[in-house]
Amino acid sequence: MKRLLLLLPLVVFLGVAVFLYRGLFLDPSELPSALIGKPLPAFSLPAVQDGKPLTEADLKGKPALVNVWATWCVACRVEHPVLNKLAKLGVTIYGVNYKDDNAAAQKWLVEFHDPYQLNINDARGTLGLDLGVYGAPETFLIDKDGIIRHKFVGVIDERVWREQLAPLYQALVDEAQP
Amino acid sequence: MKRLLSAAVLGLALLGTAQAAIDTYEFASEAERERYRNLVEELRCPKCQNQNIADSDAPIAMDLRAEIFRMLEEGQSNEQIIDFLVSRYGDFVLYKPPVTARTLLLWYGPAGLLAGGFVLLGVILLRRRSKPGVTASGLSADEQQRLAALLNQTPVDKKD
Repeated sequence: MKRLLLLLPLVVFLGVAVFLYRGLFLDPSELPSALIGKPLPAFSLPAVQDGKPLTEADLKGKPALVNVWATWCVACRVEHPVLNKLAKLGVTIYGVNYKDDNAAAQKWLVEFHDPYQLNINDARGTLGLDLGVYGAPETFLIDKDGIIRHKFVGVIDERVWREQLAPLYQALVDEAQP
Repeated sequence: MKRLLSAAVLGLALLGTAQAAIDTYEFASEAERERYRNLVEELRCPKCQNQNIADSDAPIAMDLRAEIFRMLEEGQSNEQIIDFLVSRYGDFVLYKPPVTARTLLLWYGPAGLLAGGFVLLGVILLRRRSKPGVTASGLSADEQQRLAALLNQTPVDKKD
């Protein structure tokens, strides 16, 4: 019994060491979305291209990426070619043009190609606020019923897509098939 | 002269605290202003991680300050405003996290450790006191006697 007690400091040390070692690999900037498992917030906003009114119902029907972007967002420019590629592969992408100048956004879509099926003009950032957006680019994965299933903050590059998002998207596509 | 100097130093020091948030909101009352101050100081900026939304210059912090002001104007309670933000940004925005199963350790861990330490100390002290026949030197009565005998012995093998 006495012997075992001598081991106690070692056990405590190992416990703390494991705990702290794990902490080294946690990303403190990773902010889990409060909206996972919840439906897209209701909205009624114009489209970027033609000003046609859009609501959350327009985004339902198939699994998709909802990409929050803006022309003032430098990282979005890096991300854009990857989105173009994904769109070409047949991935459904909806855009939320977040707190942006609409004319600049239209110009951007002509210049850099438009990967979005629909593009919502969220000039005042109200939809962004309801989505818990705190900086572009952010991308939500929604299922065919418009339920938010995953959120990715930052630039989607080929590696992020391959390793993180593609499997999740594929799972949603499989789920949508009867 | 000296008084003037100290006043100037004090003024400079106060300037630093007054600069934090530069929004110009008109509040209906002093109590309202106080509520706003408390809210923006207690809520964390989702973008900049280690700042509250009162101190942060990030666009999102500005938006959230405007949103909180709007909700205050509408007459919403502090709980309503906090719930509004938590439902969008999660518990992350709270500098004062709620007591849940996940945060129990955070809230009561330090007090628990302190209490554990006192219990351990008590046990050690009690054990020491209750051991029979042990004197301050840590020798039993038998050993004491032997020690005394050894000390009184005259050395036999002493030369010259």
